[in-house]
Amino acid sequence: MDNAVSERIKNDVESNDVVLFMKGTPVFPQCGFSSAVVQVLTHLGVKFKGIDVLVDPSLRDGIKTYSNWPTIPQLYVKGEFIGGCDIVREMYETGELAEMLSTKGVDVQVKA
Amino acid sequence: MDNATEYATRMRAKLTEALRPSRLEIEDDSRRHAGHAGAGAEGETHFNIIIVSDAFEGKSRVARQRQVYDIVADELRERVHALSLKTLTLAEDV
Repeated sequence: MDNAVSERIKNDVESNDVVLFMKGTPVFPQCGFSSAVVQVLTHLGVKFKGIDVLVDPSLRDGIKTYSNWPTIPQLYVKGEFIGGCDIVREMYETGELAEMLSTKGVDVQVKA
Repeated sequence: MDNATEYATRMRAKLTEALRPSRLEIEDDSRRHAGHAGAGAEGETHFNIIIVSDAFEGKSRVARQRQVYDIVADELRERVHALSLKTLTLAEDV
């Protein structure tokens, strides 16, 4: 992987508490899996940075190498890779996601 | 080999050998994703997979899924675009 791409990813996940690498944007997701994760984060009232990998092929490949994870979306919290759509959804359903976010000091405000 | 299920068959064989699952369900979900960028016309791009295996014992969700992705790395590189994975141990499969 290109060093510049790796640096860019590292900078993104370290300078933002919650980062979602996704296809499309939080407002216009281009893939059902990305959309599902956006919905979960929105429901938890979590502020996050969405990064659209479709606008940059080197980023789309780079993020897979960075995390050793072959698919997108990918969620990072405080620099740590949390998982893709299945894991995020599972953790949301069991309440682990909200708990983990709070433990890491991220504001969670579940919408009624 | 039946071409329409070639990748499902390959993944089933590899996952069975590597994980000795007590339950393995592979469902081709490509049709539901038809028309979007990752869904090729040839099909077999999206699968729902449930694997119950004690090979997952003591491993985190990320570690379990990485293990599965490693086993079917060739299939992912060649054609398969996304897997929806449920990775459970025997005790978790209730």
